[in-house]
Amino acid sequence: MQVYLPIAETSVNAFTLLGVGGGVGMLSGMFGVGGGFLITPLLFFIGVPPAVAVATGVNQVVASSISGVLAHLKRKTVDLQMGTVLLIGGLIGSLIGIWFFNLMSRLGQIDLIVQLSYVIFLGIIGGLMLQESLRALIRSKNPSAPKRKLHKHYWLHNLPFKMKFRTSGLYISVFPPLLVGMGVGVLAAIMGVGGGFIMVPAMIYLLGMPTKVVIGTSLFQITFVAAFTTMMHAVTNQSVDVMLAIFLIIGGVVGAQIGTRVGLKLKAEQLRIALALLVLAVCGKIAFDLLWPPVELYSVTVPGRF
Amino acid sequence: MRVLLILALCLLALPLRAEEVIAGLSQRSVSLTVNFEGSEILIYGAVRREAPLPEESDLNVIITIEGPPQTTVVWRKARRAGIWVNTDRQDIRAAPSFYAVATTGPLREILSQDADLTHRISTRLAIFEARGVADPTERATFTEALIRVREAEGLYQQHDGGVDLERETLFSTRLTLPKTIVEGRYAARILLVRDGEVIDEVETFIDVQKAVLERWLTNLAYEQPFIYGLLALFLAVFFGWGASALFRLMRN
Repeated sequence: MQVYLPIAETSVNAFTLLGVGGGVGMLSGMFGVGGGFLITPLLFFIGVPPAVAVATGVNQVVASSISGVLAHLKRKTVDLQMGTVLLIGGLIGSLIGIWFFNLMSRLGQIDLIVQLSYVIFLGIIGGLMLQESLRALIRSKNPSAPKRKLHKHYWLHNLPFKMKFRTSGLYISVFPPLLVGMGVGVLAAIMGVGGGFIMVPAMIYLLGMPTKVVIGTSLFQITFVAAFTTMMHAVTNQSVDVMLAIFLIIGGVVGAQIGTRVGLKLKAEQLRIALALLVLAVCGKIAFDLLWPPVELYSVTVPGRF
Repeated sequence: MRVLLILALCLLALPLRAEEVIAGLSQRSVSLTVNFEGSEILIYGAVRREAPLPEESDLNVIITIEGPPQTTVVWRKARRAGIWVNTDRQDIRAAPSFYAVATTGPLREILSQDADLTHRISTRLAIFEARGVADPTERATFTEALIRVREAEGLYQQHDGGVDLERETLFSTRLTLPKTIVEGRYAARILLVRDGEVIDEVETFIDVQKAVLERWLTNLAYEQPFIYGLLALFLAVFFGWGASALFRLMRN
């Protein structure tokens, strides 16, 4: 069965879409990752124009993080102060990202920019994940290995405008969280991702936040930044396709439920290695397309269409 | 005497209009619905004749369908720092978003170049290049690339021998509109050709339109993008939160 996407102006197989949404949803349920960084490139592969894939991907992020953030708010595991600072940074970053995205669209280079950012970020994430999970695997076999020390103070924390973050028990400058939030905002606008994969490690290792509030706070920031970015894409370049979004969201929500249950029964370490390899494979495919001499050197665009 | 002269002139003129084309389409509108996968259009018709069939020449039929023209940009990639990047561009003033030509025989053989130029039948002539600075050979390379790319996508088609003509009277062909066609008015032309010249031509239209929901969504996205954005967010929140609430209910 085909679905006609009114904004992308093409049709794709409905089951493929549900499969992409469901598969990525399952992964996100199993690992607690948002999965935006896999949805968008998978959409490229099935023929959705990159601009539409990015804007719709970020819309899907809203759906996949909303119930999480509500649950965390109820459990009071959100540092609202820190969340707000991260959010302000995120909104600024999103604006910068949107401006850059539209500039590159006009220059006809947006596909390249999106693909390049994916190669770089998927390469980094996949590499780190693989390293981390291999290390965890070794550690689990050899429990006497030393553990890493958390929460160090860097010079970054001593910049001016210090602020007290009660829930996190931190007294640090607002600049590091603002910058972290901003970086994530830029990524949301250009890549259509939530950015949890960058923000969570940054919050733990760079800001030194206690792990129990990290997930809730990052989801808080992601939900609002993704919502804002969706609006900005819809208003400035009309590239959000709600028909596409609905299929991805439905697939994603169902997949996440299955994934959460499956995840409990499987061994986490091996699964992490599999996820890392999947991320690296997607990265490799995009990189290959950029590096390998294309069969057709020419491409056609129609201004105002995707 | 004058009457005779007029009669004679009429008789002379008659062979020119001696064959007339009557055509029909299997559908006059195409709706881009949720499950649109492309559409096949049957174009058929007959040749009406008042004089006996001329013996020394063959009748040929050419059928074209042309989608709404668009300004188009053709990009060429080159290797920069190891990766393939769009580097050169050529603007096309107007290129049909869809163009199909079907004929009873090889286009080059059945149609004279002059007639092709007057009626703009071959794909190359349906494209209006911008009168830019680039040298003509370069311009031609880009236009040929445009045709090649769109042929690969099924947006430009040439079917030599794609029209069936029976006893020089009944003809029919089937043309496929791919799933990536854009909205608008598509012109279908049916031309009768003898000795390389067009002797009759009719034009009819096919309206391609998004179906009600798709139409509404597109209009909203472009005319009221703010409301559309809110709708997108509402749907995301509704499905995202709603579905997990539903699963929670099912578990209890």
